Amino acid sequence: MDTTLLLQALTNGLLIGMVYALISVGLTLIFGLMEIVNFAHGEFLMLAMYAAFWASVLLNLDPMVSLPLTVGGLALLGLVTYRGIIAQILNAPMLAQIFATFGLGLFLRGLAQYLWSPNFRTIERPWLGQISGGTVNLGGVFLGVPQIAAAILAGVAFAALYLFISRTRIGLALQAVAEDKSTAELMGIDSHRMFALGWVLGGACVGVAGAVLASFYPITPTVGILFALIAYIVVALGGFGSVPGALVAGLLVGLVQEASPILFGVPTTYKYAVVFALYLVVVLIRPQGLFGRF
Amino acid sequence: MTTATARPIRAIPRSWIALGVLALALLALPLVLRSDSRLNIAILVLVYAALAQAWNILGGFAGQISLGNAAFFGIGAYTSTVLLSRWEVTPWLGMLAGALVAAIFAVIIGYPVFRLGGHYFAIATIALAEIVYTIFNDWEWVGGATGMLIPFARDIETGRPTNSLYYLQFNLGKAPYFYIALALVVLVTVVTVIVDRSKLGYYLRAIKNDQDAARALGVHVLRYKLIAIAISAAFSAVIGTFYAQYLLYIDPETTMRLELSVLIALVAILGGVGTVAGPLVGAAVLIPAAELTRQQLGGSGNAIDLILYGALIVLISIFQPNGLMGLVQRLRHRGGPRPTATPTEQQATAREEAPMLGGYEEERG
Repeated sequence: MDTTLLLQALTNGLLIGMVYALISVGLTLIFGLMEIVNFAHGEFLMLAMYAAFWASVLLNLDPMVSLPLTVGGLALLGLVTYRGIIAQILNAPMLAQIFATFGLGLFLRGLAQYLWSPNFRTIERPWLGQISGGTVNLGGVFLGVPQIAAAILAGVAFAALYLFISRTRIGLALQAVAEDKSTAELMGIDSHRMFALGWVLGGACVGVAGAVLASFYPITPTVGILFALIAYIVVALGGFGSVPGALVAGLLVGLVQEASPILFGVPTTYKYAVVFALYLVVVLIRPQGLFGRF
Repeated sequence: MTTATARPIRAIPRSWIALGVLALALLALPLVLRSDSRLNIAILVLVYAALAQAWNILGGFAGQISLGNAAFFGIGAYTSTVLLSRWEVTPWLGMLAGALVAAIFAVIIGYPVFRLGGHYFAIATIALAEIVYTIFNDWEWVGGATGMLIPFARDIETGRPTNSLYYLQFNLGKAPYFYIALALVVLVTVVTVIVDRSKLGYYLRAIKNDQDAARALGVHVLRYKLIAIAISAAFSAVIGTFYAQYLLYIDPETTMRLELSVLIALVAILGGVGTVAGPLVGAAVLIPAAELTRQQLGGSGNAIDLILYGALIVLISIFQPNGLMGLVQRLRHRGGPRPTATPTEQQATAREEAPMLGGYEEERG
């Protein structure tokens, strides 16, 4: 086995794993709060990528510059989704909850295809792609600068989110609602505001992820499907509602996905199947996921 | 079509006259529709009605929400097609073989996956179906991503494509397909009615309402869940074989994707989960609407059909989570002795209509 090749795969896995973790943390946060899975999460990501794309085409802003705009837009989308749809179905049967967000996802995907065509879009000459020619060489391991930046930004966003929910009063209120909604309400915490905040944070996280992905990943209306599938796996693997779980599982999925073709000779086309199989094996041993409380 | 299906709803379940009228209307439908494209929609309605009915046994009665039933459908389609194209086995035998393979597969995956509950189960079924899809998509022996063509049954003398019952293939007109699909719907529905009224039905509903309580009362939870998934998988596979013979072409993209799994569940949900008539009503409403919007609006790939479809799903989920059968029952209640129900009474009836809700709240607690 070629060590450089393996190192290359492992680094790639860690880099994409950070982005997976950031995409997934929004999902897990929302689930922890209100036990709802956002099946439109992939479409949120897709819209974030398009936001970055159109900012670069229409406003001539690099994705890194328009990042605050993208994040703000997605946070707003999260808020609107909560107020418009989720708040109506908080006590509905689980089936209705699944399909409400699923329908929203189809709607957004259809809208994107209608407005912007199903064609692939890429951002021309993103800044990150031009730094040192777009790649750096670390002892034979070649890394894309956009990928490194994406992982770093994802890490920063993840850390900021973690500090926010563990160190601020509002963050603690958020945790209190996730822990026990009715007791938290007795303490004077407005659970609906915390739910809305959960969706705003979830939207913001996926906004960061979309903005950093847009620099190196082709954008189509269906781009969110695969990322969302992986995010569901990450969330279930880490344990629904667990923020550290999302980080560990995200990195694990990234590593397995990239390393399995080299370590076990799995054809690269099967790399996602290996990820799904890994998830199944883990939940069979620990049905609540790695860090789940159940 | 709509009049034919709307009629029995008001009169079910015991009115045999309405059922007879419906049967006659359905039998005469190919004579009335005449055009192939309209008959095609009718056949699709039947295919989805049968698939949703099969889903309903697992998702509606047992409350195990599967978003991976397309895998069973695809396994059925592929089993019969492989048997036919490699060894000339008649699709009728292939259909049984497919049902067997799918049922065995379902039981094998059911053992571990049924340890999971709620969202975990739904996501595990997505993951499983995606694994099956990925495998078939790269498996050259079964055609990989390009799929498999089923050769025409040809007339020995003229060499032209012809009808052949043995090869389950009708190239001279779609009417025979319609009647076979109708027979399949009747078959699945009869099985559903039997399940509904048997001990199995009570066990499944008990599991759905409160699995732990059911177990405490001595219900062998895993065994009945496995029976439910095996029945569901077997019938999904049978319909898969039919679908393969109808299109004479299959590929992983159309037979195994998440979109199909979702549509199957959606048909049942729109009609009303856990009811016998729900999936049939759901298919009769949703499929023609979807097909017609696609033909009228989405032909050029502009995705207006997708936008409408998505919006419709959201609206149903918010305003009519119990499906059309819930709506019908509510209207019937309204016509009863108490014309105006207080909000709490309405909630109580809604809860009776959807035992899901009760089970769900307990899960949350």
